[in-house]
Amino acid sequence: MLNTLHQKKGWQLLLGFVAGVFFGFFLQKGGVTQYDIILGQLLLQDFTVVKIMLAAVVTGMLGVHLMRALGWVRLQPKPGSWATAVWGGLFFGIGFAVLGYCPGTVAGAVGNGFLDAAVGGLVGITVGAGLFAAVYGRIQKPVLSRGDFGEKTLPQLFKTKDWTVVLPAAVVLTAVLWLLERAGL
Amino acid sequence: MEWLFLERWSPYAAGIGIGVLSWLTFLLSDKALGCSTAFARTSGMAARLFRGKKVLQNPYYRKFAPQIDWEWMLVLGVILGAYISARLSGTFDWRWVPPLWEQTFGGAVWVRVAVAFLGGVFMGFGSRWAGGCTSGHGISGTLQLSVSSWITVVFFFAGGIGAAMILFRVIGG
Repeated sequence: MLNTLHQKKGWQLLLGFVAGVFFGFFLQKGGVTQYDIILGQLLLQDFTVVKIMLAAVVTGMLGVHLMRALGWVRLQPKPGSWATAVWGGLFFGIGFAVLGYCPGTVAGAVGNGFLDAAVGGLVGITVGAGLFAAVYGRIQKPVLSRGDFGEKTLPQLFKTKDWTVVLPAAVVLTAVLWLLERAGL
Repeated sequence: MEWLFLERWSPYAAGIGIGVLSWLTFLLSDKALGCSTAFARTSGMAARLFRGKKVLQNPYYRKFAPQIDWEWMLVLGVILGAYISARLSGTFDWRWVPPLWEQTFGGAVWVRVAVAFLGGVFMGFGSRWAGGCTSGHGISGTLQLSVSSWITVVFFFAGGIGAAMILFRVIGG
């Protein structure tokens, strides 16, 4: 569905920009363009980041899987391996704490006027991504592909229907949010 | 329309907004929200300025061509969207050093910028190593129930919590 729209390059650049405006708006209103809120999460004092992420995941998961069942959209699960998840995840995590923004919220922080995000963050992330591009050819096969799990989704892993995972996951993630509120976090 | 001017929304309102936005990007653009490949493309564009066309031979830039694409425009849009929101909220603020940082490590601008740069390098390197960031894996990948994304996001937070504790409880404590 909407394949013709997906092929129109100029329209897609405009749609990407418009989606970004909304994304940035929601991030700023949610408070996560602020260093203090992100560090508050990593210091386990303020659970705003987790609340926004889980609310987005539950909402997105239900809608995207419904549209997929109707044949309107296709999934694009990310490939990965134990090596990309563990080492990439830990490097990212260190950066998350030291910079105090992530690649999306750093752009939001720039829009908020935060100059450490603009001068340190944007430049640092770009340099880091460039360093990765420089070593990628050498580490791709010997390192990154270790323990590959491909583009698998949890329903494929458990050899079951999407909804058998989607509905319980929605319930569990909502319960986690409820528990966070109950614990006063 | 008062909600447009509120300083903060409930995190659930912001999260549900992002979730609905992700429906629309799947439907209208066949794309999932994600931000970190835009930085890889920018690094390629910058490298091309210095080193010319041979940059295009790099296997990573053959995979992620150094050019402006949907996601690059998304990140650009985030800057404007956050700016509009901050202006409407009255929370726009030219600021070099975040309050929590200043309270713990002092107000020196160059120290904060140098550390932010170093953190950014880790983040740029790590996000490309992991193949995604807090939006690409953390929201888009997990909502698609991608196995790699659920495992990756656990390590994002494990690394982040560990490093934040060392930074604020050991070094700054």
